Amino acid sequence: MTPQLDLREITKRYPGCLANDRVGLTVMPGEIHALLGENGAGKSTLVKIIYGVVKPDAGEIWWNGSQVDIANPNAARALGIGMVFQHFNLFESLTVAENISLGIDPGHDLAKLTNEIGEISERYGLPINPHQHIHTLSVGERQRVEIIRCLVQNPRLLIMDEPTSVLTPQEVEKLFETLRRLASEGCSILYISHKLDEIKALCDTATVLRLGKVTARCSPADETPKSLAEMMIGSALPVTKKSTNRELTEEPLLELRGLDLPAADPLGTHLQNVTLTLNRGEVVGLAGVAGNGQKELLAAINGERLAPDKAMLRLDGRDVGRDGPEERRVQGLAFVPEERLGRGSVPEMSLTANTLLTWHHKGQVKRGFVDLAEVSAQAITIREMFDVRCPGVEAEAKSLSGGNLQKFIVGREILQEPEVLILGYPTWGVDVGAAAAIRQAILNLSATGAGVLIVSEDLDELFEICDRIAVIAEGRLSPARRTGNTSIEELGLWMSGQFEAAEVSDAA
Amino acid sequence: MDGLDAAITILVGAIRAGTPLVFAALGELIAEKSGVLNLGVEGMMLVGAVVGFMVTVTTGSVYIGILAAVAAGMLMSLVFGVLTLSLLTNQVATGLALTIFGVGLSAFLGIKYVGTPINGLKPLDIPVLSDLPVLGPLVFGHDLLIYISFALFAAVAWFLYRSRAGLILRAVGESHDAAHALGYSVIAIRYMAVLFGGACAGLSGAYLSLVYTPQWAENMTAGRGWIALALVVFATWRPGRAMLGAYLFGGITIMGLHVQALGFEVSSHLVATLPYIATIVVLAVISRDATKIRLNAPASLGKPFHPSA
Repeated sequence: MTPQLDLREITKRYPGCLANDRVGLTVMPGEIHALLGENGAGKSTLVKIIYGVVKPDAGEIWWNGSQVDIANPNAARALGIGMVFQHFNLFESLTVAENISLGIDPGHDLAKLTNEIGEISERYGLPINPHQHIHTLSVGERQRVEIIRCLVQNPRLLIMDEPTSVLTPQEVEKLFETLRRLASEGCSILYISHKLDEIKALCDTATVLRLGKVTARCSPADETPKSLAEMMIGSALPVTKKSTNRELTEEPLLELRGLDLPAADPLGTHLQNVTLTLNRGEVVGLAGVAGNGQKELLAAINGERLAPDKAMLRLDGRDVGRDGPEERRVQGLAFVPEERLGRGSVPEMSLTANTLLTWHHKGQVKRGFVDLAEVSAQAITIREMFDVRCPGVEAEAKSLSGGNLQKFIVGREILQEPEVLILGYPTWGVDVGAAAAIRQAILNLSATGAGVLIVSEDLDELFEICDRIAVIAEGRLSPARRTGNTSIEELGLWMSGQFEAAEVSDAA
Repeated sequence: MDGLDAAITILVGAIRAGTPLVFAALGELIAEKSGVLNLGVEGMMLVGAVVGFMVTVTTGSVYIGILAAVAAGMLMSLVFGVLTLSLLTNQVATGLALTIFGVGLSAFLGIKYVGTPINGLKPLDIPVLSDLPVLGPLVFGHDLLIYISFALFAAVAWFLYRSRAGLILRAVGESHDAAHALGYSVIAIRYMAVLFGGACAGLSGAYLSLVYTPQWAENMTAGRGWIALALVVFATWRPGRAMLGAYLFGGITIMGLHVQALGFEVSSHLVATLPYIATIVVLAVISRDATKIRLNAPASLGKPFHPSA
């Protein structure tokens, strides 16, 4: 049988890094093929080459038995290649039908297209209203729009770039049904992910990339998640050690009491009656699909937005609802924002200067003058204790890899010995090694008696390190359950907002 | 002069006074919908006005003058486009510089033309129709450029909300990264939008120097370019509201003159200020729905784009 797609010796070099080194990849018609690798392994570059966004320096692309040159995304689409991006390419102020129309070749009638969208959505189980504006859709619905945009062009190959990071477990199952159905009709699927159990469940074959090179080809069904992970990172999987069965004390450090906060951005989420208690020595996880109020809640907790009433937020027994971020920091709150570059750090400034950002009330500034030697010493301490790999503390924040910068930011906050540490998506886009180090640092901090609140989309991560887990959906917070008393299925249901029936927290 | 005649005079006057703003605002609206903020409207208008006037004096044809004004406006906007779109300079600073440049350049070019008399563009005189009562002066008695402004409004509204090209333009203004990823040429589309804005600003200038007050005076736009910019924002990037705002501005300008002519003791400075204040207040009040603003505002407005994928 002729392969649908056959990449031979694809090489792409960027200044200072070899993104793809003689990569070969073969996808048969109707096959679901996994492309597996860590962040920075070269998956994105390879996919961009297939979709015509990036031109390879060397190598050949064979499509259905003949060699092709894919100059741009239009050429890729003309061949029958469709792609669902990790970061959706959708226009919020336009309707579903308009968005789909923009993604396909001109010369079609919008009314006819609308009908076609209806047919496809029915046939593949992707319910959507073509006339709705994108900004009113949930993340899962937005992904459907992206998929339908590909399907209206009858693709021969569908590329899915980390499609499940934004979905609830139930939505993931539905997506898999759709993909299996497509594959059974002869459409090839190139599925990019680092979630190993998903790849085992869905994919027929896999190609593993590490540092730009193909390191393995295998059938995921014959492998274990552990063996897949080892192919991916090239060494044994780091294990996080959790102190066993600590007794949780009921000593509230951070209390949200009926926090109600209308959205500042008209397209944002209104936080409604959010109630949560974080106790001493406890790690609490907040799960949920992105865009359900996580950003708003983080801003309300760290003080970027003030609560309407000062008693809605208590920090170690004091009402802080009307205190600004600086005042909350002085009272023992530390915060790792969800964006490393731009909010967690100033990209163009050195690590030293970035240390000062949150350390200036810790004796680094004396009588209005910055004690540069002291700041620099502090930056060096963070670098050494948290194994931040960089040329030196004078390196610009943006020159560090995601994992190293995140280790630096987390280290900067932890070394302040906060009473309460809030983290937004701490391991998002971080390599496996750094993620394990960050989780371990969080556990170590909680062992010293601090309370830690983690907002994350990664349920496996939350189950690994949290004592209790709550779910945020449409601006409302579910009860927080002991990790041992809940399951991925239950949290999945809660993520779609169905927790009215759940009884009040069974915490502590 | 009875009430009806006075009302008709004011309405016709409002349309005439508002037309330069209609041109400039529609042009800027298209540029901004593509994501480009060009603060050089005032400068482009002035250069359009002076070039249109000079060419009319030289060739004796007001029509050639109008075409020259359009070309001059486009040339000015091309300078802006090369700087901001190709060389990625800051749009706000470049736009301000363009206005300052336009003020100086037009004054320099126009020195010898101050006070030169010309025959401006006259209202159309359609037999029978123009002589109809009420309808005659209101519908059939305008000059050619006013009819062009009506057509331009219809074309812009149709283009933005009914055509695929308009959909692409709005998409580019909403998210240039997404548009680029889908294979659209963000830079080329923005160049066209900026050039359209320049052409409209040139036309607006020509209306001032060749029709509204057929003469050249230094800085004769008197801040109308800035008002056009404000109109676009306060009209929340919707052509209908921008048009309404333009005529409101024109109407209050004309009424102020009439109030003075009737002999009321009002400071002329206050009268001159009123249209600016009233237009902004009215538009701000009718357009204060935050969600609508967020949906109509081009989300990537003013942000430089570099295809670095």
